[in-house]
Amino acid sequence: MKLIFEKGVKGRRGVKLPECDVPVKFDIPRNFHRANDAELPEVSELEVVRHYTELSRRNFGVDNNFYPLGSCTMKYNPKIDEEVCRYKGFTELHPLLPQLRHGGMLTQGALEVIYNTERLLSEITGMAEFTMQPLAGAHGELTGTMIIAAYHRDKGNKKTKIVVPDSSHGTNPASAAICGYSIVSVPSNSEGMIDYDAFVKAIDSETAAVMLTCPNTLGLFEPEIKKLAQKVHEVDGLMYCDGANMNAILGKVRPGDIGFDLMHINLHKTFATPHGGGGPGAGPVGVVEKLRKFLPISLVVKRNDGTYALDYDRPSSIGFIAPFYGNFGIILRAYCYILMLGKEGLARVSENAVLNANYIKEKLKKYYQVAHDPIACMHECVFSSVKQNKNGVHTLDIAKRLIDYGFHPPTIYFPLIVKEAIMIEPTETESKETLDAFIETMIKISQESESEPETVKSAPKTTPVSRLDEVAAAKDMDLRF
Amino acid sequence: MPYISNTEKQQQEMLDAIGVKSVEDLFKPVPKDFAPASFRIPKGKSEIEVRQHLHALASKNATGLTCFLGGGFYDHFIPSAVDALVSRSEFYTAYTPYQPEISQGVLQAIYEYQTAICRLTGMDISNASIYDGGTALYEAAMMAARITKRKKIIVCEGVSLIYRTMLRSYTKNLYLNFVEVPVSPNGTADREKIFREIDKDTAAVILQNPNFFGCIDDFSDIAQKAHSAGALAVCSVYPISLGLLKPPSEMGMDIVTGEGQSLGLPLSFGGPYFGFLATTKQHVRQMPGRVVGRTHDKEGRQGFVFTLQTREQHIRREKATSNICTNSTLNTIAATIYLSLIGKNGLKEVAALCANKAGYACQKLTRIKNVKKKFAAPFFNEFVVELPIDANNAVSALIDKGFAPGLPLGRFYKGMDNCMLVAVTEKRTKEEIGHLKEALEGVLKDE
Amino acid sequence: MVPKDLKYTEKHEWVKVAGNTATVGITDYAQHALGDITFVQLPEAGKAVKQGGELGVVESVKAASDIYSPISGTVKEANTALEAAPETINKDPYNGGWICKLEGVNASELSSLLSPEKYDELISKV
Repeated sequence: MKLIFEKGVKGRRGVKLPECDVPVKFDIPRNFHRANDAELPEVSELEVVRHYTELSRRNFGVDNNFYPLGSCTMKYNPKIDEEVCRYKGFTELHPLLPQLRHGGMLTQGALEVIYNTERLLSEITGMAEFTMQPLAGAHGELTGTMIIAAYHRDKGNKKTKIVVPDSSHGTNPASAAICGYSIVSVPSNSEGMIDYDAFVKAIDSETAAVMLTCPNTLGLFEPEIKKLAQKVHEVDGLMYCDGANMNAILGKVRPGDIGFDLMHINLHKTFATPHGGGGPGAGPVGVVEKLRKFLPISLVVKRNDGTYALDYDRPSSIGFIAPFYGNFGIILRAYCYILMLGKEGLARVSENAVLNANYIKEKLKKYYQVAHDPIACMHECVFSSVKQNKNGVHTLDIAKRLIDYGFHPPTIYFPLIVKEAIMIEPTETESKETLDAFIETMIKISQESESEPETVKSAPKTTPVSRLDEVAAAKDMDLRF
Repeated sequence: MPYISNTEKQQQEMLDAIGVKSVEDLFKPVPKDFAPASFRIPKGKSEIEVRQHLHALASKNATGLTCFLGGGFYDHFIPSAVDALVSRSEFYTAYTPYQPEISQGVLQAIYEYQTAICRLTGMDISNASIYDGGTALYEAAMMAARITKRKKIIVCEGVSLIYRTMLRSYTKNLYLNFVEVPVSPNGTADREKIFREIDKDTAAVILQNPNFFGCIDDFSDIAQKAHSAGALAVCSVYPISLGLLKPPSEMGMDIVTGEGQSLGLPLSFGGPYFGFLATTKQHVRQMPGRVVGRTHDKEGRQGFVFTLQTREQHIRREKATSNICTNSTLNTIAATIYLSLIGKNGLKEVAALCANKAGYACQKLTRIKNVKKKFAAPFFNEFVVELPIDANNAVSALIDKGFAPGLPLGRFYKGMDNCMLVAVTEKRTKEEIGHLKEALEGVLKDE
Repeated sequence: MVPKDLKYTEKHEWVKVAGNTATVGITDYAQHALGDITFVQLPEAGKAVKQGGELGVVESVKAASDIYSPISGTVKEANTALEAAPETINKDPYNGGWICKLEGVNASELSSLLSPEKYDELISKV
């Protein structure tokens, strides 16, 4: 398919602009001007609409079919959220308005949305307060690490290390390293859990924090968190919770109750805001009481008279981490979602997410090796394709073959500690019929890997392109037209 | 229950298949004493109720104001086709395109976006986006420090004060040393002071064009000076202005960043937006974030994939060039659609309309007695006026008259209590500008 | 394929010493584990490195692997032909795919490295 830059003809226009109605021509000296026009497309509105409609048809979203991408929580994104975030009262609001005198009163509705969402998240997680500013999960981790550093600086602690399990998301060590910490990576045990003794050994007086995903990246719950938190707190370290897997424990466990001091939540995972093909998301960070004063500037506060205001007077704060108040449009969607579900609904989310994952695990464990087989997994289950490897069929091939059958593949080759990992997260929004169809397909592919391995290895066949040459891409570096 | 498909009967069938009695059995790995201390969340609402509630909240926000407020975030025209197209749920309900065969739509759109940013800025290579203009500038500073292995970052105070405060926060824990240099009396970068700061430890000089006061500059001499000391030149730009103004590549910039909001995104109370980051070929391996490359399949068909991923956190972990994972893809698609609809000639026109109308507004406002243009330097679509009274007072009075007239600068810059930053976009009319003039005149008379 | 005239590290580098200079590369096992090599970050001439210190990075599409120096010395020359043709490491890891030459090396450090037999044993266990 052609690029938009290859379409159109010279002089063609997409949209019409108003004629200039002022009697003044700008007064900008020639030497500041652009010598050559930026070579943007010259296409009609219809060409643009056809082009991007065609591109959208070459894409796959949750609205198309089952999208069991482990660790990403690809649940259904309710349509009411999309409607509400387009209300003019929200879209037309300039972010600098509340910084004008009397301007704060002009944005009371928006401030209330942020305030209410913050309160709800704090109650859901057992944290004292959230900053709604972080613009994505990793941005939340960075904010969290900055808060950790501020805490230790405030207490005069000399801390140099952050401890993570080897099954952690890559963003965890990357975020900690950016803040100047060295990373200690602790191997998991044979059950896929943190190795408690190894962890305790890794913790010493220079440990600034331990970062854990809860439940962990294998979809398992770590029962020793409380014990570990105690050890970390003994050296005045902090417990950071990567909340990427919060969908498993809504209404069941609150990180703030079990020893975590701070955490981020991915609104684009647990709280159903769409992922937009890779963003924008939002990664609010919640903290316990002792870390509140370090939260970024500004915070939305409720005054005694019931109005809302922005608090900038925060001398211990880590400062500004985003231009304004967070990804407001995303916060708004999450707010609607939480209101719709309510207390009961949130608990049902996790129950059904866990039920769906265990159902898949149970139905597929005869065919694919389960990475670790505890009593029950949480919201996702991890398999390995080692059984299928003997005919030269690998996890990548199985993933590609699923595409031919109309499914989005699961997460593959993560966590790194599982050989040939296949990580399936069905989410609560999928029906038994969909799960059964997926299960049948997975079984069929397992059989195909015996009977016709070449078919599996050469998949997908049904897509506009087959497997692409990534080696050539990396060597040629054709990154623009 | 909303958004949950399975009936109780189906749930029971699934429990039977698993071989447990109840869902509670599945939560057995969670110790009993981990139960929530509280969970005070209101009862779920219906769609009708949620819509009513949010309607009420939206209507508490003022939207009728005539907007002359900018500061890096502008009330530009957005063609209807932009939202219609990014509302295609194949785009917006997709995750990051990890499986290229079923993600060619998003991947090709990102490649087109990278192309558009390169053509706009004149740079060789663009990444797939950062969260916003401020975080993009922070990533550029980090990138410069990595490339030069130096610690000192010189920042011109013409750079957005919002971005400067962000840069200061981010680097508090690092070895980086920030030096901020005030602008010259005419509103542009102070060469003498900047040159004095550039030394053997300088990683980068960070500039902005047009700067926060709206003033235009040509930073070629500063870039040259930086290069001769082995430092990089970094510039944050306002993309709409590039319809008219000299691209940063021609000034010798090594890294170019900017806020993408003006390219087809609503103001939405501060986000979501996107930040762009572009650089030269030479520095591509130190670039943060995702990037899409064009390649082919076995049959020779063109296709797009994420490439150069060994820079990224999921492979490199603590050695990655950045921790960024999720970025702002959907908004970059919106921007690419916007730039396609506006097109080569349209962008020039939008820029010219902005500049003409701002020129007119400046002329009108400065005809009011005791209202002066603060800086002599030429400006694009934003300028500073000095009032005879505290700008905060003028602004609050003008808000009551239905205007968001501009940003008072006293809170951010010493000695500028009477100054107000006024922005004019292509959406403002001659009539509205006239009304603003009359309203301000009225306010000043009443004082 | 483990040449008999080289010494090896547990991290899959090889070294060949002649007088006070040494040639360093990565093993056939290492190139195979990485897959198609797309980029090599070479050390700059003049860089002093300790035994076990970082020399550079070899990258494939989905992995990046640091190269650790098997021996202390100063980089005399890097194999710049790899910049345009990193796949040489895949094709010919022990000859054309060498990474760099070090000078001022001390052959006594070789005693801490693996013999071809020991290295063969190591990789057959994995």
